[in-house]
Amino acid sequence: MFALRMSSAVGRQLARVSARGFADAPTGMAFTLASPSNLYFHGADVRQVDVPSYSGNFGILPNHVSTSAVIKPGVVVVYPKEGDLQRFFVSAGTITVNEDSSVQVIAEQAIAVDQLDGSLVGAGLAKAQQQLASASTETAKAEAQILIEVHEAMQKAIDGVI
Amino acid sequence: MFSLLPRTGAAGAVVACQQARGMATLKDIRLRLKSVKNIQKITQSMKMVSAAKYARAERELKQARPFGEAAMKFYEAVEVAPPENPKNTLLVAISSDRGLCGAVHSSVAKKIRAWMVENPTLAPNAKIICVGDKVKAILQRLYAPNMLVSFNDFGKKPPLFEDASAVANSILESGFEFDTGVLIYNKFKTVISYETTEIPLHTLETILGAQKIHTYDSLDAETLRSYHEFNLASTIYYAMKENACSEQSARMSAMDGASKNAGEMIDKLTLTFNRTRQAVITKELIEIISGAAAL
Repeated sequence: MFALRMSSAVGRQLARVSARGFADAPTGMAFTLASPSNLYFHGADVRQVDVPSYSGNFGILPNHVSTSAVIKPGVVVVYPKEGDLQRFFVSAGTITVNEDSSVQVIAEQAIAVDQLDGSLVGAGLAKAQQQLASASTETAKAEAQILIEVHEAMQKAIDGVI
Repeated sequence: MFSLLPRTGAAGAVVACQQARGMATLKDIRLRLKSVKNIQKITQSMKMVSAAKYARAERELKQARPFGEAAMKFYEAVEVAPPENPKNTLLVAISSDRGLCGAVHSSVAKKIRAWMVENPTLAPNAKIICVGDKVKAILQRLYAPNMLVSFNDFGKKPPLFEDASAVANSILESGFEFDTGVLIYNKFKTVISYETTEIPLHTLETILGAQKIHTYDSLDAETLRSYHEFNLASTIYYAMKENACSEQSARMSAMDGASKNAGEMIDKLTLTFNRTRQAVITKELIEIISGAAAL
Protein backbone atom coordinates (compact mmCIF):
# COMPACT_ATOMS: atom_id res chain seq x y z
CA MET A 1 0.00 0.00 0.00
CA PHE A 2 2.68 2.40 1.10
CA ALA A 3 4.89 1.44 -1.83
CA LEU A 4 1.97 2.00 -4.16
CA ARG A 5 1.34 5.45 -2.79
CA MET A 6 5.02 6.22 -3.05
CA SER A 7 5.19 5.15 -6.64
CA SER A 8 2.10 7.12 -7.56
CA ALA A 9 3.56 10.20 -5.90
CA VAL A 10 6.79 9.73 -7.80
CA GLY A 11 4.79 9.24 -10.97
CA ARG A 12 2.96 12.47 -10.37
CA GLN A 13 6.24 14.24 -9.77
CA LEU A 14 7.61 12.82 -12.98
CA ALA A 15 4.53 13.83 -14.89
CA ARG A 16 4.84 17.36 -13.62
CA VAL A 17 8.48 17.53 -14.60
CA SER A 18 7.88 16.20 -18.07
CA ALA A 19 4.90 18.46 -18.61
CA ARG A 20 7.07 21.50 -18.09
CA GLY A 21 8.21 22.65 -21.50
CA PHE A 22 10.92 25.12 -22.30
CA ALA A 23 8.52 28.05 -22.15
CA ASP A 24 7.42 27.02 -18.67
CA ALA A 25 3.76 27.55 -19.53
CA PRO A 26 0.90 25.10 -19.99
CA THR A 27 1.27 23.42 -23.33
CA GLY A 28 -1.56 22.79 -25.75
CA MET A 29 -3.86 25.28 -27.38
CA ALA A 30 -7.57 25.77 -27.62
CA PHE A 31 -8.15 25.87 -31.34
CA THR A 32 -11.42 27.02 -32.89
CA LEU A 33 -12.12 26.85 -36.60
CA ALA A 34 -15.59 28.07 -37.47
CA SER A 35 -17.56 29.44 -40.38
CA PRO A 36 -21.13 30.76 -40.20
CA SER A 37 -22.52 27.43 -41.30
CA ASN A 38 -19.96 24.96 -40.00
CA LEU A 39 -18.00 24.36 -36.86
CA TYR A 40 -14.97 22.16 -37.37
CA PHE A 41 -12.99 22.64 -34.16
CA HIS A 42 -14.05 24.19 -30.90
CA GLY A 43 -11.49 24.47 -28.16
CA ALA A 44 -9.70 21.46 -29.63
CA ASP A 45 -6.18 20.68 -28.53
CA VAL A 46 -4.06 20.38 -31.65
CA ARG A 47 -0.34 20.21 -32.36
CA GLN A 48 -0.03 22.84 -35.02
CA VAL A 49 -2.11 24.99 -37.34
CA ASP A 50 -0.87 26.57 -40.56
CA VAL A 51 -2.82 29.59 -41.72
CA PRO A 52 -2.70 31.76 -44.84
CA SER A 53 -2.82 35.49 -44.14
CA TYR A 54 -2.17 38.75 -45.90
CA SER A 55 0.77 39.32 -43.61
CA GLY A 56 2.23 36.00 -44.81
CA ASN A 57 1.45 32.36 -44.19
CA PHE A 58 2.44 31.16 -40.79
CA GLY A 59 2.30 28.14 -38.55
CA ILE A 60 0.88 28.38 -35.06
CA LEU A 61 2.32 26.17 -32.34
CA PRO A 62 1.27 26.22 -28.69
CA ASN A 63 2.53 29.31 -26.85
CA HIS A 64 2.66 31.35 -30.00
CA VAL A 65 3.05 35.07 -29.44
CA SER A 66 -0.35 36.81 -29.46
CA THR A 67 -1.23 38.15 -32.83
CA SER A 68 -4.13 38.76 -35.12
CA ALA A 69 -4.28 38.64 -38.88
CA VAL A 70 -6.66 38.65 -41.80
CA ILE A 71 -7.16 35.46 -43.78
CA LYS A 72 -6.03 35.32 -47.37
CA PRO A 73 -7.90 32.80 -49.53
CA GLY A 74 -6.02 29.57 -49.03
CA VAL A 75 -5.70 26.43 -47.00
CA VAL A 76 -5.70 26.06 -43.24
CA VAL A 77 -3.75 22.93 -42.31
CA VAL A 78 -4.55 21.42 -38.94
CA TYR A 79 -2.23 18.88 -37.35
CA PRO A 80 -4.30 17.07 -34.75
CA LYS A 81 -2.74 15.34 -31.74
CA GLU A 82 -3.55 12.02 -33.33
CA GLY A 83 -4.30 11.04 -36.86
CA ASP A 84 -3.65 12.63 -40.22
CA LEU A 85 -3.48 16.36 -40.91
CA GLN A 86 -6.65 18.01 -42.11
CA ARG A 87 -6.84 20.66 -44.82
CA PHE A 88 -9.59 23.25 -45.03
CA PHE A 89 -10.09 25.85 -47.69
CA VAL A 90 -10.96 29.29 -46.30
CA SER A 91 -12.08 32.28 -48.35
CA ALA A 92 -11.83 35.20 -45.94
CA GLY A 93 -11.92 35.92 -42.25
CA THR A 94 -9.74 36.51 -39.25
CA ILE A 95 -7.08 34.73 -37.23
CA THR A 96 -6.55 35.52 -33.58
CA VAL A 97 -3.91 34.08 -31.29
CA ASN A 98 -4.42 35.13 -27.71
CA GLU A 99 -2.16 35.30 -24.71
CA ASP A 100 -3.80 32.27 -23.14
CA SER A 101 -2.72 30.22 -26.17
CA SER A 102 -6.23 30.03 -27.56
CA VAL A 103 -6.46 30.31 -31.33
CA GLN A 104 -9.54 31.42 -33.22
CA VAL A 105 -9.81 31.11 -36.96
CA ILE A 106 -13.16 32.39 -38.16
CA ALA A 107 -13.79 32.21 -41.85
CA GLU A 108 -16.55 33.49 -44.07
CA GLN A 109 -16.51 30.09 -45.70
CA ALA A 110 -14.55 27.05 -44.65
CA ILE A 111 -14.72 23.69 -46.33
CA ALA A 112 -12.62 20.54 -46.31
CA VAL A 113 -10.36 20.59 -49.37
CA ASP A 114 -11.36 17.09 -50.47
CA GLN A 115 -14.95 18.31 -50.75
CA LEU A 116 -14.12 20.93 -53.35
CA ASP A 117 -15.30 20.09 -56.85
CA GLY A 118 -12.62 20.84 -59.43
CA SER A 119 -14.98 21.25 -62.36
CA LEU A 120 -17.23 23.67 -60.45
CA VAL A 121 -14.20 25.69 -59.40
CA GLY A 122 -13.05 25.87 -63.04
CA ALA A 123 -16.48 27.05 -64.15
CA GLY A 124 -16.58 29.60 -61.32
CA LEU A 125 -13.17 30.93 -62.30
CA ALA A 126 -14.26 31.37 -65.92
CA LYS A 127 -17.38 33.17 -64.78
CA ALA A 128 -15.39 35.44 -62.49
CA GLN A 129 -13.02 36.33 -65.31
CA GLN A 130 -15.98 37.15 -67.51
CA GLN A 131 -17.35 39.31 -64.72
CA LEU A 132 -14.06 41.19 -64.53
CA ALA A 133 -14.10 41.80 -68.27
CA SER A 134 -17.61 43.21 -68.18
CA ALA A 135 -17.21 45.15 -64.93
CA SER A 136 -17.82 48.85 -65.45
CA THR A 137 -17.39 50.35 -62.00
CA GLU A 138 -14.40 50.19 -59.68
CA THR A 139 -16.39 48.31 -57.04
CA ALA A 140 -17.58 45.68 -59.51
CA LYS A 141 -14.00 45.27 -60.73
CA ALA A 142 -12.72 44.79 -57.21
CA GLU A 143 -15.47 42.27 -56.50
CA ALA A 144 -14.60 40.29 -59.61
CA GLN A 145 -10.92 40.37 -58.71
CA ILE A 146 -11.67 38.98 -55.28
CA LEU A 147 -13.76 36.23 -56.87
CA ILE A 148 -10.88 35.34 -59.17
CA GLU A 149 -8.44 35.32 -56.30
CA VAL A 150 -10.68 32.99 -54.30
CA HIS A 151 -11.21 30.64 -57.22
CA GLU A 152 -7.53 30.50 -58.08
CA ALA A 153 -6.73 29.71 -54.47
CA MET A 154 -9.34 26.96 -54.55
CA GLN A 155 -7.82 25.56 -57.71
CA LYS A 156 -4.39 25.55 -56.09
CA ALA A 157 -5.82 23.88 -52.99
CA ILE A 158 -7.28 21.09 -55.11
CA ASP A 159 -4.03 20.68 -57.03
CA GLY A 160 -2.19 20.49 -53.74
CA VAL A 161 0.10 23.41 -54.57
CA ILE A 162 -0.64 25.08 -51.26
CA MET B 1 -50.09 39.87 -25.36
CA PHE B 2 -51.85 37.57 -27.77
CA SER B 3 -52.47 34.91 -25.19
CA LEU B 4 -54.28 37.39 -22.98
CA LEU B 5 -56.62 38.65 -25.66
CA PRO B 6 -58.89 35.65 -26.18
CA ARG B 7 -59.47 35.21 -22.47
CA THR B 8 -60.64 38.75 -21.82
CA GLY B 9 -62.40 38.76 -25.18
CA ALA B 10 -64.44 35.70 -24.25
CA ALA B 11 -65.57 37.07 -20.92
CA GLY B 12 -66.38 40.42 -22.51
CA ALA B 13 -68.42 38.92 -25.33
CA VAL B 14 -70.53 36.71 -23.09
CA VAL B 15 -71.22 39.57 -20.70
CA ALA B 16 -72.13 41.86 -23.58
CA CYS B 17 -74.61 39.37 -25.00
CA GLN B 18 -76.25 38.89 -21.64
CA GLN B 19 -76.55 42.59 -21.09
CA ALA B 20 -78.06 43.13 -24.51
CA ARG B 21 -80.69 40.44 -24.53
CA GLY B 22 -80.53 38.79 -21.17
CA MET B 23 -79.18 35.70 -22.85
CA ALA B 24 -77.21 35.00 -25.99
CA THR B 25 -79.21 33.24 -28.65
CA LEU B 26 -78.15 29.82 -29.83
CA LYS B 27 -77.02 31.21 -33.15
CA ASP B 28 -74.73 33.80 -31.56
CA ILE B 29 -73.02 31.18 -29.49
CA ARG B 30 -72.69 28.79 -32.40
CA LEU B 31 -71.06 31.50 -34.52
CA ARG B 32 -68.67 32.49 -31.79
CA LEU B 33 -67.79 28.87 -31.08
CA LYS B 34 -67.00 28.29 -34.71
CA SER B 35 -64.75 31.34 -34.97
CA VAL B 36 -62.85 30.41 -31.80
CA LYS B 37 -62.32 26.92 -33.18
CA ASN B 38 -60.93 28.42 -36.37
CA ILE B 39 -58.60 30.66 -34.40
CA GLN B 40 -57.40 27.67 -32.45
CA LYS B 41 -56.63 25.85 -35.66
CA ILE B 42 -54.58 28.80 -36.86
CA THR B 43 -52.64 29.18 -33.64
CA GLN B 44 -51.99 25.45 -33.52
CA SER B 45 -50.59 25.37 -37.00
CA MET B 46 -48.51 28.48 -36.31
CA LYS B 47 -47.12 26.69 -33.31
CA MET B 48 -46.19 23.68 -35.44
CA VAL B 49 -44.52 25.89 -38.01
CA SER B 50 -42.50 27.80 -35.45
CA ALA B 51 -41.58 24.55 -33.70
CA ALA B 52 -40.03 23.32 -36.92
CA LYS B 53 -38.34 26.66 -37.51
CA TYR B 54 -37.14 26.74 -33.93
CA ALA B 55 -35.54 23.29 -34.26
CA ARG B 56 -33.60 24.53 -37.24
CA ALA B 57 -32.68 27.84 -35.61
CA GLU B 58 -31.38 26.07 -32.54
CA ARG B 59 -29.29 23.70 -34.62
CA GLU B 60 -27.79 26.63 -36.46
CA LEU B 61 -27.26 28.56 -33.27
CA LYS B 62 -25.12 25.74 -31.92
CA GLN B 63 -22.81 26.33 -34.88
CA ALA B 64 -22.95 30.09 -34.65
CA ARG B 65 -22.19 30.41 -30.94
CA PRO B 66 -18.53 29.41 -31.06
CA PHE B 67 -18.23 31.55 -34.18
CA GLY B 68 -19.56 34.60 -32.36
CA GLU B 69 -17.60 33.91 -29.22
CA ALA B 70 -14.44 33.61 -31.28
CA ALA B 71 -15.19 36.94 -32.93
CA MET B 72 -15.65 38.67 -29.58
CA LYS B 73 -12.75 36.98 -27.83
CA PHE B 74 -10.12 39.40 -29.16
CA TYR B 75 -11.89 42.43 -27.72
CA GLU B 76 -12.09 40.80 -24.31
CA ALA B 77 -8.46 39.70 -24.50
CA VAL B 78 -7.10 43.16 -25.30
CA GLU B 79 -9.35 44.67 -22.61
CA VAL B 80 -10.87 47.42 -24.65
CA ALA B 81 -11.92 50.23 -22.35
CA PRO B 82 -14.89 52.43 -23.22
CA PRO B 83 -13.85 55.94 -24.30
CA GLU B 84 -13.62 58.60 -21.59
CA ASN B 85 -16.05 61.13 -23.00
CA PRO B 86 -18.21 59.50 -25.61
CA LYS B 87 -20.15 61.89 -27.77
CA ASN B 88 -21.77 59.88 -30.52
CA THR B 89 -23.33 56.55 -29.76
CA LEU B 90 -24.54 53.92 -32.15
CA LEU B 91 -27.38 51.67 -31.09
CA VAL B 92 -28.07 48.59 -33.18
CA ALA B 93 -31.38 46.89 -32.48
CA ILE B 94 -31.79 43.35 -33.75
CA SER B 95 -35.35 42.11 -34.27
CA SER B 96 -37.44 40.91 -37.18
CA ASP B 97 -40.50 41.66 -39.32
CA ARG B 98 -42.80 39.13 -37.76
CA GLY B 99 -44.95 39.63 -34.69
CA LEU B 100 -46.91 37.27 -32.44
CA CYS B 101 -43.84 36.24 -30.52
CA GLY B 102 -44.31 37.63 -27.05
CA ALA B 103 -42.05 40.43 -25.90
CA VAL B 104 -39.12 39.68 -28.21
CA HIS B 105 -39.32 42.93 -30.13
CA SER B 106 -40.64 45.15 -27.39
CA SER B 107 -37.91 44.13 -24.96
CA VAL B 108 -35.28 45.25 -27.45
CA ALA B 109 -37.10 48.54 -27.90
CA LYS B 110 -37.44 48.84 -24.14
CA LYS B 111 -33.68 48.45 -23.69
CA ILE B 112 -33.10 51.26 -26.13
CA ARG B 113 -35.66 53.44 -24.46
CA ALA B 114 -34.07 52.75 -21.09
CA TRP B 115 -30.68 53.69 -22.49
CA MET B 116 -32.09 56.94 -23.88
CA VAL B 117 -33.61 57.81 -20.51
CA GLU B 118 -30.46 56.89 -18.58
CA ASN B 119 -28.17 58.90 -20.83
CA PRO B 120 -30.04 62.13 -21.48
CA THR B 121 -26.85 63.96 -22.48
CA LEU B 122 -25.87 61.35 -25.04
CA ALA B 123 -29.36 60.70 -26.37
CA PRO B 124 -29.54 63.59 -28.88
CA ASN B 125 -26.32 62.43 -30.54
CA ALA B 126 -27.22 58.76 -30.59
CA LYS B 127 -28.17 57.03 -33.80
CA ILE B 128 -30.26 53.90 -34.08
CA ILE B 129 -29.94 51.16 -36.65
CA CYS B 130 -33.00 48.93 -36.81
CA VAL B 131 -32.85 45.41 -38.14
CA GLY B 132 -36.41 44.27 -38.71
CA ASP B 133 -39.64 46.22 -39.12
CA LYS B 134 -41.10 45.52 -35.70
CA VAL B 135 -38.53 47.35 -33.64
CA LYS B 136 -38.51 50.13 -36.19
CA ALA B 137 -42.27 50.57 -35.82
CA ILE B 138 -41.88 50.92 -32.05
CA LEU B 139 -38.89 53.27 -32.08
CA GLN B 140 -39.91 55.39 -35.06
CA ARG B 141 -42.56 57.21 -33.09
CA LEU B 142 -40.31 58.12 -30.19
CA TYR B 143 -36.94 58.63 -31.82
CA ALA B 144 -37.62 59.55 -35.42
CA PRO B 145 -34.70 62.04 -35.57
CA ASN B 146 -32.29 59.40 -34.24
CA MET B 147 -33.00 56.81 -36.89
CA LEU B 148 -30.01 56.15 -39.12
CA VAL B 149 -30.76 53.12 -41.29
CA SER B 150 -33.27 50.33 -41.07
CA PHE B 151 -33.38 46.92 -42.64
CA ASN B 152 -36.32 44.71 -43.32
CA ASP B 153 -37.03 41.28 -44.71
CA PHE B 154 -35.81 39.55 -41.58
CA GLY B 155 -37.61 36.72 -39.85
CA LYS B 156 -39.09 34.83 -42.76
CA LYS B 157 -35.92 32.90 -43.43
CA PRO B 158 -33.01 32.21 -41.09
CA PRO B 159 -30.50 35.06 -41.18
CA LEU B 160 -27.47 34.58 -43.41
CA PHE B 161 -23.96 35.89 -43.12
CA GLU B 162 -24.67 38.09 -46.15
CA ASP B 163 -27.44 39.83 -44.21
CA ALA B 164 -25.03 40.56 -41.39
CA SER B 165 -22.41 41.80 -43.84
CA ALA B 166 -24.96 44.17 -45.35
CA VAL B 167 -25.71 45.62 -41.92
CA ALA B 168 -22.02 45.87 -41.03
CA ASN B 169 -21.32 47.52 -44.36
CA SER B 170 -23.99 50.13 -43.85
CA ILE B 171 -22.61 50.90 -40.39
CA LEU B 172 -19.17 51.45 -41.87
CA GLU B 173 -20.40 53.39 -44.86
CA SER B 174 -23.01 55.47 -43.10
CA GLY B 175 -20.43 58.15 -42.33
CA PHE B 176 -21.66 58.34 -38.76
CA GLU B 177 -18.56 58.52 -36.60
CA PHE B 178 -19.52 56.94 -33.34
CA ASP B 179 -17.27 56.73 -30.30
CA THR B 180 -19.07 53.87 -28.71
CA GLY B 181 -21.71 51.43 -29.80
CA VAL B 182 -24.16 48.94 -28.39
CA LEU B 183 -25.69 45.97 -30.12
CA ILE B 184 -28.95 44.85 -28.54
CA TYR B 185 -30.45 41.44 -29.18
CA ASN B 186 -32.25 38.62 -27.40
CA LYS B 187 -29.91 35.92 -26.24
CA PHE B 188 -31.48 32.51 -26.34
CA LYS B 189 -31.37 30.66 -23.01
CA THR B 190 -33.98 27.92 -23.02
CA VAL B 191 -37.15 27.24 -24.99
CA ILE B 192 -39.13 29.36 -22.58
CA SER B 193 -36.62 32.06 -21.77
CA TYR B 194 -34.35 34.54 -23.44
CA GLU B 195 -32.39 37.47 -22.17
CA THR B 196 -32.14 40.86 -23.82
CA THR B 197 -28.41 41.37 -23.99
CA GLU B 198 -26.01 44.10 -25.04
CA ILE B 199 -22.73 43.66 -26.85
CA PRO B 200 -20.44 46.67 -26.89
CA LEU B 201 -19.27 47.72 -30.34
CA HIS B 202 -15.82 49.20 -30.53
CA THR B 203 -14.19 51.58 -32.90
CA LEU B 204 -10.66 51.37 -34.23
CA GLU B 205 -9.61 54.24 -31.98
CA THR B 206 -10.78 52.56 -28.81
CA ILE B 207 -9.15 49.29 -29.84
CA LEU B 208 -5.86 51.04 -30.55
CA GLY B 209 -6.08 52.62 -27.13
CA ALA B 210 -6.73 49.31 -25.41
CA GLN B 211 -4.44 48.21 -22.64
CA LYS B 212 -3.08 45.00 -24.01
CA ILE B 213 -3.06 45.79 -27.69
CA HIS B 214 0.73 46.05 -27.65
CA THR B 215 1.15 42.44 -26.62
CA TYR B 216 -0.16 41.54 -30.06
CA ASP B 217 2.50 41.00 -32.63
CA SER B 218 2.80 42.59 -36.06
CA LEU B 219 -0.41 44.60 -36.09
CA ASP B 220 -0.57 47.33 -38.67
CA ALA B 221 -3.47 49.70 -39.08
CA GLU B 222 -4.72 48.18 -42.32
CA THR B 223 -4.73 44.62 -40.97
CA LEU B 224 -6.51 45.75 -37.85
CA ARG B 225 -9.11 47.60 -39.89
CA SER B 226 -9.94 44.58 -42.06
CA TYR B 227 -9.85 42.39 -39.00
CA HIS B 228 -12.20 44.66 -37.12
CA GLU B 229 -14.63 44.97 -40.03
CA PHE B 230 -14.90 41.23 -40.47
CA ASN B 231 -15.37 40.75 -36.75
CA LEU B 232 -18.13 43.34 -36.72
CA ALA B 233 -20.02 41.37 -39.35
CA SER B 234 -19.41 38.14 -37.44
CA THR B 235 -20.69 39.66 -34.21
CA ILE B 236 -23.82 40.92 -35.92
CA TYR B 237 -24.34 37.54 -37.52
CA TYR B 238 -24.08 35.88 -34.15
CA ALA B 239 -26.56 38.31 -32.60
CA MET B 240 -28.98 37.71 -35.47
CA LYS B 241 -28.81 33.97 -34.96
CA GLU B 242 -29.41 34.29 -31.22
CA ASN B 243 -32.32 36.60 -31.84
CA ALA B 244 -33.86 34.36 -34.51
CA CYS B 245 -33.74 31.40 -32.18
CA SER B 246 -35.26 33.38 -29.29
CA GLU B 247 -37.96 34.67 -31.60
CA GLN B 248 -39.00 31.25 -32.84
CA SER B 249 -39.01 29.77 -29.35
CA ALA B 250 -41.01 32.74 -28.04
CA ARG B 251 -43.49 32.41 -30.89
CA MET B 252 -43.81 28.72 -30.17
CA SER B 253 -44.69 29.32 -26.53
CA ALA B 254 -46.95 32.27 -27.38
CA MET B 255 -48.88 30.16 -29.86
CA ASP B 256 -49.01 27.28 -27.41
CA GLY B 257 -50.53 29.63 -24.84
CA ALA B 258 -52.99 30.99 -27.39
CA SER B 259 -54.09 27.48 -28.38
CA LYS B 260 -54.59 26.55 -24.74
CA ASN B 261 -56.64 29.67 -24.09
CA ALA B 262 -58.73 29.02 -27.18
CA GLY B 263 -59.32 25.48 -25.88
CA GLU B 264 -60.51 26.86 -22.55
CA MET B 265 -62.81 29.26 -24.36
CA ILE B 266 -64.21 26.48 -26.51
CA ASP B 267 -65.00 24.45 -23.38
CA LYS B 268 -66.78 27.37 -21.77
CA LEU B 269 -68.70 28.23 -24.90
CA THR B 270 -69.73 24.61 -25.47
CA LEU B 271 -71.08 24.52 -21.93
CA THR B 272 -73.02 27.75 -22.45
CA PHE B 273 -74.26 26.47 -25.80
CA ASN B 274 -75.58 23.24 -24.30
CA ARG B 275 -77.13 25.07 -21.38
CA THR B 276 -78.86 27.53 -23.66
CA ARG B 277 -80.11 24.73 -25.91
CA GLN B 278 -81.52 22.94 -22.87
CA ALA B 279 -83.13 26.16 -21.71
CA VAL B 280 -84.75 26.67 -25.10
CA ILE B 281 -86.18 23.13 -25.05
CA THR B 282 -87.47 23.58 -21.50
CA LYS B 283 -89.01 26.90 -22.42
CA GLU B 284 -90.80 25.40 -25.40
CA LEU B 285 -92.04 22.46 -23.33
CA ILE B 286 -93.40 24.82 -20.69
CA GLU B 287 -95.16 26.79 -23.38
CA ILE B 288 -96.75 23.66 -24.84
CA ILE B 289 -97.72 22.22 -21.49
CA SER B 290 -99.12 25.45 -20.13
CA GLY B 291 -100.93 25.98 -23.42
CA ALA B 292 -102.47 22.49 -23.15
CA ALA B 293 -103.39 23.13 -19.50
CA ALA B 294 -105.13 26.38 -20.40
CA LEU B 295 -107.47 24.63 -22.81
